Amino acid sequence: MKKILRSDIIRIVTLTLFITGFFAISISAQTAEDPIFRTDRIAIFIFLLIFSSAVLLYTNWAKKGKELFVRKIPGIAAVEEAVGRATEMGKPVLFIPGIADVEDIETIAGLSILGRVAKIVAAYGTPLSVPVRYPMVLAAGQEVVEQAYLEVNHHDAYDPDTVRYVAGEQFAYTATVNGWMMREKPAANIYMGAFFAESLLLAETGNAAGAIQIAGTARPEQLPFFIAACDYTLMGEELYAASSYLSREPLLLGGLKGQDFVKLLIIIAILIGIILALFNVGGWYNDIFNVS
Amino acid sequence: MRNTLPVIIAFLAGIAMVISFFFNPERTVLGTFQENLLQWVTIVGGFTLVLGVFSIVRVNARAVSRRSDGWFYKLATVISVFAMAIPSIMPTSANSAFGKVFYSIFPISWAGAFGTGPDSIYDWLFNYVDSPMMETMFATLAFYIASAAYRAFRARSAEETLLLITACLVMLWRVPIGEALLRSIDVRIPDYINMFVMNGFNLSVQRGIIIGAALGMASMSLRILLGIERTYMGKG
Repeated sequence: MKKILRSDIIRIVTLTLFITGFFAISISAQTAEDPIFRTDRIAIFIFLLIFSSAVLLYTNWAKKGKELFVRKIPGIAAVEEAVGRATEMGKPVLFIPGIADVEDIETIAGLSILGRVAKIVAAYGTPLSVPVRYPMVLAAGQEVVEQAYLEVNHHDAYDPDTVRYVAGEQFAYTATVNGWMMREKPAANIYMGAFFAESLLLAETGNAAGAIQIAGTARPEQLPFFIAACDYTLMGEELYAASSYLSREPLLLGGLKGQDFVKLLIIIAILIGIILALFNVGGWYNDIFNVS
Repeated sequence: MRNTLPVIIAFLAGIAMVISFFFNPERTVLGTFQENLLQWVTIVGGFTLVLGVFSIVRVNARAVSRRSDGWFYKLATVISVFAMAIPSIMPTSANSAFGKVFYSIFPISWAGAFGTGPDSIYDWLFNYVDSPMMETMFATLAFYIASAAYRAFRARSAEETLLLITACLVMLWRVPIGEALLRSIDVRIPDYINMFVMNGFNLSVQRGIIIGAALGMASMSLRILLGIERTYMGKG
């Protein structure tokens, strides 16, 4: 264990020195009027280094067999239960990977969870419906679902229209999905990704249709709506953790632990800030975190 | 190679975007590269639109041909797709090669109806069909909020009672008559709600969620860049 720790620390220190050296040379080469390096973003750069090091360190530990504890997230644990319920009832599962395009990281998180859900659905032989708002999400979603069916050796049961393009307009999309929910009465609705004003319209209709509902979004302004209308809600970072959690792969869980470590550092930084502000000497400390 | 190439492309594109964030775009080639990369995304997005149209037509045309439940709505969807798309891509003048051929067959007086300009078919459909329907959908949100609030604000436990009282105070404070009522009790009440509830409890919780989400986002981006997370491609 000590050997693992030492070699990892040496690697991270070397990488940090290399990158810092590179940027130090860049800074020294720049002129004051027209700089190459954005010195006003140096705090973000340092944070990026610390964050990347922590995530990589924990990932490396996980790769080497270190046991990592991740707390139970009821919303994610309920996914399998929801699909099981749909299978028993012989009704479909609705999965919405948000309504943003594929360049949004929340949509990518949604697609990652879709892959896990599709595997469970394919194994149980439950119908799945994935309406999407953007053609790029359609292409990515079809690839993810087809691969899931392949991995559980049920490719013959895969329907290319499982993931289908519905509408590019936000409310046209919502109207179509709501209509489908009221007609088909899905047993489980899973909303994972970026949602906007349509979040409550979707979740309330799903509730009226009698489905078990699991939602996840990183947008705080939509969370109250999901909490009010859904059975389980993944808040903020839980959305990004869901895929790793469902897979239980040590490599992915390592990333989560690294993230937790940085969160601890942030808590310490906030506490220091509070103490300094109480004594009215926190101006310089505040400036460190003030970036343009 | 089928698995490795997308990971390499994701890594190179992601790293270039990260590095360009720390450099002056006017002094380095990275700025141009970043702009080009974002343009490529738009171009690729344009091409995938064909996939979307193909998907919507295939799914709905199949339902129409099978006369499944509500097939006429699906027929309306397919007709709407083409009714919006075709007039908007038709030439608005005879200046282009396509325009010359088109207006040698059809009268030039039709030109005003095409394209996406004012008084075109597209414009008319957008203003008098599409837009009112979108607004109607958005307007129904008020009723959904009422039904969700009815379920959420039930005083079944101490925490829920606290939530109910706080919600009632905030709702009162948000409407002019409510604010006047609160001020009539004590002139400081609206300011206290703003200071303690909105900028205190509410903002601190929101910031906590935002910090957590930002870390999750960064962690996921890093996992994607390094090829640890491949589930978005259906792998892993």
